[in-house]
Amino acid sequence: MAIVDRVGGSVLSSLEFVGALATFGGRAIVSAFRPPYEVGEIVRHLYQFGLRSMPLILTSGFAIGVVLSMHTRATLARFGAEAMIPAGLAVALVRETGPLTAGLLVSGRVGAGIGAEIGAMRVTEQIDALEANAVDAFKFLAVTRVIACMIAMPLLTVMMDFAGIVGGFTAETAVSGMSWQLYFERSFLYLEFSDLIPATLKTVVFGFLIASVASYLGFTTSRGTEGVGEASTRSVVMASILIILSDVILVKIIFFFYPQVPA
Amino acid sequence: MSKSFGGLKVLDDITFEISKAKAFVLLGRSGTGKSVTLKHIIGLVRPDKGHVFVDGREITQLDARALSDVRKHMGFLFQSAALFDSMTVGDNVAFPLRRHTDLPDKEIRERAKQKLADVGLEREFDKMPAELSGGMKKRAALARAMALDPAILLVDEPSAGLDPITASEIDELLVQRKHSGATIVVVTHNIPSARAIGDELAVLHEGHIIAQGTAGDLDRSDDPLVKTFMRSEAGG
Ligand SMILES: Nc1ncnc2c1ncn2[C@@H]1O[C@H](COP(=O)(O)OP(=O)(O)O)[C@@H](O)[C@H]1O
Ligand SMILES: [Mg+2]
Repeated sequence: MAIVDRVGGSVLSSLEFVGALATFGGRAIVSAFRPPYEVGEIVRHLYQFGLRSMPLILTSGFAIGVVLSMHTRATLARFGAEAMIPAGLAVALVRETGPLTAGLLVSGRVGAGIGAEIGAMRVTEQIDALEANAVDAFKFLAVTRVIACMIAMPLLTVMMDFAGIVGGFTAETAVSGMSWQLYFERSFLYLEFSDLIPATLKTVVFGFLIASVASYLGFTTSRGTEGVGEASTRSVVMASILIILSDVILVKIIFFFYPQVPA
Repeated sequence: MSKSFGGLKVLDDITFEISKAKAFVLLGRSGTGKSVTLKHIIGLVRPDKGHVFVDGREITQLDARALSDVRKHMGFLFQSAALFDSMTVGDNVAFPLRRHTDLPDKEIRERAKQKLADVGLEREFDKMPAELSGGMKKRAALARAMALDPAILLVDEPSAGLDPITASEIDELLVQRKHSGATIVVVTHNIPSARAIGDELAVLHEGHIIAQGTAGDLDRSDDPLVKTFMRSEAGG
């Protein structure tokens, strides 16, 4: 019975968490459309999340491109379809690997930061100080981060895709000496807007999840420094899980609207 | 009003009234709920039972927008200072001015500098809060609380961590604000300072106000705790 209670309890508390999170995220969206729009803060976070995540995104993208290229080569060489390597890699990268990896990297880089920063502001009474200064702390801290993260995610994803293609080219040219022009041309040969656009736009949802989860955990931080560390770690764990789970649903939706019929 | 946290009853049906343009001093041992009481006045903490009136408005009933309007006329000094640590000291003090006035930025910087000068921190304008000592943080936070010359000033242990000379300068500043018409509520352990500023003093103990009146009234109290308090010379 104890184990049933334990499992039941944790199911209930996860449901509670998801419910509270949905309320929090929903409030964020509604509040985003009401003035003041806090443009200054949004720009500041965009710089923080976007520009400062670029080195991570570009190096990871490049490395993933190299690795994917090796796998694609191993697979396609069996069918004597080496010419398809650039296209195969580009499609895999743009449709799934780029968006999902970018989402997970950003949840580590940005989610942890948001959880820790807002958590620290909670335990040092800076959130109360905002409220005492007649500022809507939820809007000022959470909503601005959610919006900035939703804008930054697709941009970072496109960079990741591009860095991956460059990585793929580097691996390819090392083996076959293929020129950049030819590689690039072949990459985009079979790539369609229906590959790029929905897959990239789904990362807006990832951005929403990352910033909402981390802000929520930051806002509800208690128990001093220990609580701040926990808010930061849980932000990464929760955001990563939610990204992977939501990806299943998003891919399903994308396939529904863009059925892949062979031409 | 009454307030409990978990099973702990911090405020047990306390009632008090603060006169306009007067200074009200709240005394009591650590952990008796002085900070909690102060936070009730600005609506950061809501009572479990009871009412809080500010200028005749019941602030526990206000919606976010109306509460925010009331708060624009209040300054609050947190016991922990609570400076925004992502901003410079100058930007902290300028923050209320940027949010709630249409002044040009140059004018805002001037005023923020002036407010910092009032607390003796004019040279700290471009520093980050982490570079300040505890007492300096407290003074910078007081400058922020006073940035808009609020009609109601709530200060939580303004002289904690200050040397006696700086502490009496801060007292002087608060008295000046009072003379220009502000209502002031001060939480302090510093009895000389309470005597210097306070028109009315109240002692909070175990959820109740056990004594209230002028410094003279409290000096004549028979309660041993109040006596001990009033005889102490200094303190945090
Ligand atoms: N947000 C809170 N959550 C739980 N307990 C609190 C909270 N704020 C204050 N308390 C408790 O209320 C009591 C009074 O605190 P406080 O008002 O800070 O005392 P002080 O008189 O020293 O300012 C303390 O026991 C404190 O632990
Ligand atoms: Mg206190």
